[in-house]
Amino acid sequence: MFLAEEAGATVAAGWFLEHAWLIPVIPAVSFAIIILFGKKLPMKGAEVGIASMMAGLVLATGLTYQWIVHVRGAAEAEPVIKSWVWWQSGGMKFGLGQHIDGLAVMALLLVTFISTLVQIYSVEYVRDDRRYTHFFAAMTLFSAGMLAMVSAENMVQFILGWEIMGLCSFLLIGHWWEERANSEAALKAFLTVRVGDIGLLVGVAILFGASGTFSISGINAWAVSGQPSHSVLLWAAIALFIACIGKSGQFPLHTWLPDAMAGPTPVSSLLHSSTMVVAGVFLVARLYPVFHTGLDINVAGQQVNLIAVIGGITILIAAALAFVQNDIKKVLAYSTVSQLGYMMMGLGVGAWVPAVFHIFTHAFFKCCLFLCAGSVAHTGSHHSFDMKNDMGGLRKKMPITFGTWMVSTAALCGLPLVSGFFSKDEIIDGAKHNNYTVFFVIGLIGAFMTTAYMTRATYLTFFGKARGAAAGEHAHADDHAHAADAAPHRVEGSASDEAQRVSGQSEAEASHPRQQGFGWATESPLLIVGPLLILATLAIFSGYLNAAPFHIEKFHHWIESSIGVSLPEAAEFEWINAIPSITLVAAGFLVSLFLCRAVFGEADSKLKGLTERSRLLGAGHRFLVNKYYLDDLYEKVIVHGVAHPIAQAAYWVNQHVIDATVDAFGRGGKRTGDWVYKNIDQRVVDGAVNGTGAAARGTGGALRPIQSGKVNQYGALLFSAAAIGALVLVIVNT
Amino acid sequence: MLVNNFLLLGAVLFCIGVYGVIARKNAVMVLMSIELILNSVNLNLLAFNQLWAKDNPGHVDGNTFALYIIAIAAAEVGVGLAMVLLIFRNRKSISLDELSEMKG
Amino acid sequence: MLAQNVQVAQNIGFGIIAAVMIASALKVVTSSNVVHAALALVAVLAGAAAQYLLLAAEFVAVTQILVYVGAVMVLFLFGVMLTRAKLGRDADLNNKNAKVGIPVALLMLGVMVYVLIDGWHATKLPQDGGQVELKNVSDSIFVPYLLPFWALSFVLLAAVIGAIVLARKD
Repeated sequence: MFLAEEAGATVAAGWFLEHAWLIPVIPAVSFAIIILFGKKLPMKGAEVGIASMMAGLVLATGLTYQWIVHVRGAAEAEPVIKSWVWWQSGGMKFGLGQHIDGLAVMALLLVTFISTLVQIYSVEYVRDDRRYTHFFAAMTLFSAGMLAMVSAENMVQFILGWEIMGLCSFLLIGHWWEERANSEAALKAFLTVRVGDIGLLVGVAILFGASGTFSISGINAWAVSGQPSHSVLLWAAIALFIACIGKSGQFPLHTWLPDAMAGPTPVSSLLHSSTMVVAGVFLVARLYPVFHTGLDINVAGQQVNLIAVIGGITILIAAALAFVQNDIKKVLAYSTVSQLGYMMMGLGVGAWVPAVFHIFTHAFFKCCLFLCAGSVAHTGSHHSFDMKNDMGGLRKKMPITFGTWMVSTAALCGLPLVSGFFSKDEIIDGAKHNNYTVFFVIGLIGAFMTTAYMTRATYLTFFGKARGAAAGEHAHADDHAHAADAAPHRVEGSASDEAQRVSGQSEAEASHPRQQGFGWATESPLLIVGPLLILATLAIFSGYLNAAPFHIEKFHHWIESSIGVSLPEAAEFEWINAIPSITLVAAGFLVSLFLCRAVFGEADSKLKGLTERSRLLGAGHRFLVNKYYLDDLYEKVIVHGVAHPIAQAAYWVNQHVIDATVDAFGRGGKRTGDWVYKNIDQRVVDGAVNGTGAAARGTGGALRPIQSGKVNQYGALLFSAAAIGALVLVIVNT
Repeated sequence: MLVNNFLLLGAVLFCIGVYGVIARKNAVMVLMSIELILNSVNLNLLAFNQLWAKDNPGHVDGNTFALYIIAIAAAEVGVGLAMVLLIFRNRKSISLDELSEMKG
Repeated sequence: MLAQNVQVAQNIGFGIIAAVMIASALKVVTSSNVVHAALALVAVLAGAAAQYLLLAAEFVAVTQILVYVGAVMVLFLFGVMLTRAKLGRDADLNNKNAKVGIPVALLMLGVMVYVLIDGWHATKLPQDGGQVELKNVSDSIFVPYLLPFWALSFVLLAAVIGAIVLARKD
């Protein structure tokens, strides 16, 4: 009944291509091993997780090589599809399998690579954590979910991987769940994404109902075949896109992403670079024919469409929010949201290859930035992520972290000749070339804002004077640990979870090297710096796989067979087209630097405290600090506006309808009772009762211990009475 | 396969669940034990359904009621946990031993 | 011959799954760690789903996985988190009268085992009972058992509203 091989239709294409399904299977098996035996292993399960990721990486590397050969060999690169029947019922078959094409290969390589580095980094970062083994188990399962999703042969498997990731993100964000804020962040992430997931289920149901297949290649072929009616595709695309909005943190469901920073930093880094949030973008890229046809992308004269609009809005609002954050991880979180907006916008304007390429480059530099932030907190600022109060001047003390941060920042801002430039500018260029002028402008503004907020974050963290923990002003480490022990209740913000963690490892920390050098931040240990260096290198060079200015189009060539529809030719690259964006990046840098020096610098300046003095600016600042009041909207308007009326209505029904009925019965009963009392009770029964009463009181006294009010005891009595009753019946009947 | 395989398995699970309901103090754990009991009932329903399926083609009443029981169980857990939450909020404990206000 | 082999395979499969289920069920009621108990419950429920498959009830098995292993278990974990049950070992999970449970459970088990063996000692499940068709299940739900289905919908609605009323903060 299970796993009967159904189709191996493709010609032999190489061992790695044929066996790509092993890549998600290995981490899934490792997850089971870690959960079952992890605590007994010498490294408490970390080695299994890392080994499985490395095995995945090796397979993915081989896969990539063979795919490149495969593409070179064939004019039209066929995907390598395999499928096994997992499940069938009433003629309906659900399969599991692999759909390996350029897009999947890229994602598999990316996920295994980033996961390997993040897990190595975690060995040091979460050392001595009280749920160390569980942490690695959840990380491994998380990667397995993402890998199963990107290599999915059909939508059922896709949903499977998607949901595994949702569950693991819940576990990982709430890793230190004893802290109230963390468990609330985990719940928020889970439930917000679930709102979107309804869209995924509905969308897949629509597609299955209309096309009769779950297979991704089948759906894509069907969508471009011209058979389906336009409205079916439109609704399917909208429903699926709602899922992407939830998962990829697009406006207006982006609010969970910054809160998700409550998890440990490696988790944030993994979530935000190559897994989880990319899933939504990946879904759009995977089923691009559905979206492309359904939303009329690239139809002549179209100025806007849903995907581009949501992407564009997300770019701007998230970048604006990044300005007012004091928590370095939250700046990066909003930056991720904004970059995801770029990817969505790229897909929305028909720039498919640049958008997918941006997934690829973004993963490296964003992962690096997060790990830098973790490195700073780990050794530089004593587990605080507060840029304003606990950082500053770390440039000299942590040269490697600083260097890798600068490289990645350059890549994020899209400075020429680093990776971000080749992907982001291509998206912006594509918007212009495909006549989406509005989104071209939005992309440019976004580039300006990106540079500006990253300059601010860099200035606050690495330049200026050391403040707070970075300067060693913090309470002595022991006091700190004790304080955290004594007061495990809430401390605001995500600094609290770090404090929480410190409390968990206060004993182990005595032998920790940074204890001595406390207040004199030094560079992080090798296990942390190593991944940083690798990622920073890739942040520069990964862009050269598809560098339009140098006419390198390797990436484009490898991946184009996954698009599924014919898109307009990309514009020929000309440096003159890149000038606006380069200028704006430079302008963003200069303006922001000037402002930062004025506001945060040592010299006195008119600009200091401007938000307090100017009412208009103050209002704008508050508006941003409160995240556009979206959380309040969800809390107050939706929860209070929908759930509470229901509750109120239920209460009203309870009070007025049910109570009234009961009352009426009661009154009727009382009248009957009165009559009975007068005529029967007083005269006939009374005498008899008085005698019984005395007997009953005696019995009652004897039985009173049974009425203890203890539920378990009632249960015991109930079940033993039932058992004895059954026994009596059995004996009587035999 | 003997039909007794399934019926005896159901009986064992049922009794384990009964033990859990009686012995556990934590209200959440009691709810979990109740889930065990409900599942053992489902096992019986489906076993009998299969036993008589051949003589009554097209009749799948056992399946239907197993589905109903699953739905009821979901409702039960929802309300049960809401009550546990409420108790926790009012008393800062979900120990069933401390729940009683009677003197018995 | 082939049918014989299938029979043996089914019996072995049943035995393994049943053993895992019973072991996990015992863990549910004896574990001193709430989270471990919840995970053991997952094993029992998944095992039950596997047994349903052996009983040819595929749809019920899938529903079991979706509703129990998916939704209900998440509810339980929420419950554990929100009531902040202790994470590690918690020696105090059993109540004072825990030992009363053992004789009661054993008595019930004895009675049931006796009755079952007495009543069904060698009755075999029909080999070619066939898969339960989804169509038949839906026909059964929506034609003869429509009334219970309605009642069930009301119960679910009431449960949802009741849970909101109970759990809201003010």
